Amino acid sequence: MLIFALRRLNLLFFTLLMLTIVSFSLSYFFPGEAINNISGQINPSVEELAALNELYQMDKSIIHQYFAYVGQLLSGNFGISMANQTAISADLRHYLPSTIELCLAALFIAMVIGIPLGFLAAIYHNKPADKAILVFAMVGYSIPVFWLSLIFILVFSINLSWFPTSGQLNLLFEIKQVTGFKFVDILLSDSPYKYLAFKDALMHLVLPAFAVATAPTTLFIRLARTSMLEVLESNFIKAAKAKGLSKAKIILHHGVRNSLVHIIRQMGLHFANLVTVAMIAEVIFEWQGAGSWLIDSIFHRDYTAIQGGLIALAIFTFTINILFDFIYAAINPLERHKKHGA
Amino acid sequence: MKYKARLIKIIIPFYLALTTLAACGPTPADTIFTKGLIYCSEGSPSSFNPQLITDGTTTDATTQQLYNRLINFDNDNLERIPGLAKSWHVTRNGKMITFYLRKDVSFHQTDYFTPTRKMNADDVIFSFNRLIDPTDPFYQVVDGNFPFFKSINFAELVDEIEKIDDYTVRFKISHPDSTFLSNLATPFAVILSKEYSEQLMAADTLQNIDNLPIGTGPFKFKEYRNNAIIRYSKHPEYWRQDVAIEQLIFNITPNKTNRLTKLFTHECDVISYPIAQQEIRSRDDLMIDEVTAFNVAFFAFNTQVAPFDNPSVRKAIAHAINKEAIIKSVYYGQAEAADSMLPRLSWAYSNKISSIPYSIKMAKQLLADAGLGDGFSFDIWAPSVQRSYNPNSLKMAKLIKADLAEVGIDANIISYEWTTFLRKIEKGEHQSVLIGWNADHPDPDNFFSPLLSCSAMATGRNRAFWCNQQFDQLLAKSLLTNDLTERFNFYHAAQQILVDQVPLIPIAHSKRSLAKLKNVKGDILPPFGGVSFENVHKVDGSKM
Repeated sequence: MLIFALRRLNLLFFTLLMLTIVSFSLSYFFPGEAINNISGQINPSVEELAALNELYQMDKSIIHQYFAYVGQLLSGNFGISMANQTAISADLRHYLPSTIELCLAALFIAMVIGIPLGFLAAIYHNKPADKAILVFAMVGYSIPVFWLSLIFILVFSINLSWFPTSGQLNLLFEIKQVTGFKFVDILLSDSPYKYLAFKDALMHLVLPAFAVATAPTTLFIRLARTSMLEVLESNFIKAAKAKGLSKAKIILHHGVRNSLVHIIRQMGLHFANLVTVAMIAEVIFEWQGAGSWLIDSIFHRDYTAIQGGLIALAIFTFTINILFDFIYAAINPLERHKKHGA
Repeated sequence: MKYKARLIKIIIPFYLALTTLAACGPTPADTIFTKGLIYCSEGSPSSFNPQLITDGTTTDATTQQLYNRLINFDNDNLERIPGLAKSWHVTRNGKMITFYLRKDVSFHQTDYFTPTRKMNADDVIFSFNRLIDPTDPFYQVVDGNFPFFKSINFAELVDEIEKIDDYTVRFKISHPDSTFLSNLATPFAVILSKEYSEQLMAADTLQNIDNLPIGTGPFKFKEYRNNAIIRYSKHPEYWRQDVAIEQLIFNITPNKTNRLTKLFTHECDVISYPIAQQEIRSRDDLMIDEVTAFNVAFFAFNTQVAPFDNPSVRKAIAHAINKEAIIKSVYYGQAEAADSMLPRLSWAYSNKISSIPYSIKMAKQLLADAGLGDGFSFDIWAPSVQRSYNPNSLKMAKLIKADLAEVGIDANIISYEWTTFLRKIEKGEHQSVLIGWNADHPDPDNFFSPLLSCSAMATGRNRAFWCNQQFDQLLAKSLLTNDLTERFNFYHAAQQILVDQVPLIPIAHSKRSLAKLKNVKGDILPPFGGVSFENVHKVDGSKM
């Protein structure tokens, strides 16, 4: 297990190495002076400029500059935003938790709906139920998230008035930001309206979470279906059948767990997709997360923020990816002894 | 079957727990939703100090909420009424203006400033010295960039501001100017705290005076998140009245469709510049407030070139234009037809001035008298951009073209990109132009001197290139006196000259509107000077 873990962390290390190289070189590829792009200081005074050049070792070779840059990243200095001169790291601490919240909620919904539906489809293989679920999966997969979001708003907010359309919480609730995770902050706060705020936050979460979850749900349906079909074809199931176990027992005791193993392995890979979808949904639902913040930065040509956001979101995606690898290894002992990382 | 039983045992208590959680605390909901108000505005403020700006968005967000001025405009007749100054006195020669201040005005107490005294003469002197004294550190911190005060030459006008006693301030001005008091009532002439400025000097954070505002207004600053929200809370010691709204939130929503959506879902209580007004009106829970803004769209003739050097020809065209049709199809009813340069709300507006009615017959008659009975052709210049006083100039030009075809005149429409357009008409290259004007303050002078005086001809702001000595003298005389009846008579005479000479045809005064939930009561939209939530309250808590 230790070797497996080390191997994964090794992979993380090299990926981050590549990523920082790309991010660093962007400072040179973006228009303008590299020192301005990397630090975010648009109009530094002479003294400030000298201090920045010193900090990022701009007078030395490009290799030195790169290491100075990575050093700054490691100490938490992502530079300041070119648009409003606030620290990128502070912005990230502010916005990233909201994105994580949205992604986790969407992932949870996708799992809870997608996987059972996939299993059902496999169990009723080639029957009408299977066909219906597959049609649903195909339609869900083909719908662009921005269109779906707008339809959700039209139907559930404007026509039915069930859910709010924007933000994470009614603005009248004044919840102090501690962790950045809205739900945690609400529970930590001493507001007299705590439970009301919690309910309100849940209401705000529903539409964006379902919009983001649609694409991964359909993916999970297909993954679960294929995986369950494979398992149902395997010899130990045949043996169980021959022993006279009921179909329900076979599926519950042998089928589900064995097919989940395959699904979890894929889940990590599809998480990147989910983050992309979340970014678009954040813009439509005015969700104050890293996605809408990053897209805003792109509009404002805020290069420092683009670099910082890129690194932060990538680290988040990798971490989740590797987390799923660990879970996979934990429930599937065979994997731990494989020699090479996937 | 065993599984099902077990599942049910788990599900029922879980469900019960959820429903109890959801049901708790419906009573406090009423207070938090009725005591708080969310206004969805169209953009971020560029500063929190109106001295530094002239744009409407920043005015809306700051002036009426955070600050007070010495003088206010009455919302009904736009006369000057007391603000922080309970009264004032102008000397006979018009060169000395004395203000007697209120004694019960407190500044905001916030996380970053605690006032120890009430507002007094020092605060007034500090606020205005900042605008005129280049040696003042607070002048230097913004490089003296006070656009409104620059445009009215405030620094040259004011010779000295003198403290008579703690609650009396005297302005000495270099020449009498009857717009002086109106200028002090504009949204930009706010009163800041001297005590706060001293605290900032000590901490060497001078720029905070414009970013972390302290004023005397009904709300105090709490939080601003760039491009997202402004959070204000009630100023409990507000001098004028007890404010009903405890939390005022500006939710910055630049997208107009999003603003509309948020209004429909009750996420905003009030939205600025609503679209789809028919739809809003058709809903039971929503309503629209509108007010005629201080602007005018007009059709100006270049009176230097034939055939428009002849007043009869200009008058004939004025007879031929159907303004009501324009109001309907260009403004969709969101404007009132103009029969003078002045909006009806102005105190100098008079309905006794003869107007030029829509009449094809009279137009034809006048043209025949001028020897142009067979018609002629000319160019109408119209900008292609939307202006606040004219949402669609090209469409208006097309309607006018059709109207003029009725009397045998053939008009060509000409348009350029906005800056080129302005440059060319300032040189007088046009024959006639569709353009307009947004007033800086409601004093009637602002609708005449910048647009129709002989001196405005030199700068090209006089789009008609029309110079009339008699008219100019009336304007100048009116500026030298403070007697309203006298001034009214001067402007009455001046407007009569405009009706006789027709250097331009006023077409419309467009309206400004906002949409709100019906349970939001009170006036939000004054005709001048930005939105105000001072007199607003909400009834019943049917929000969620």
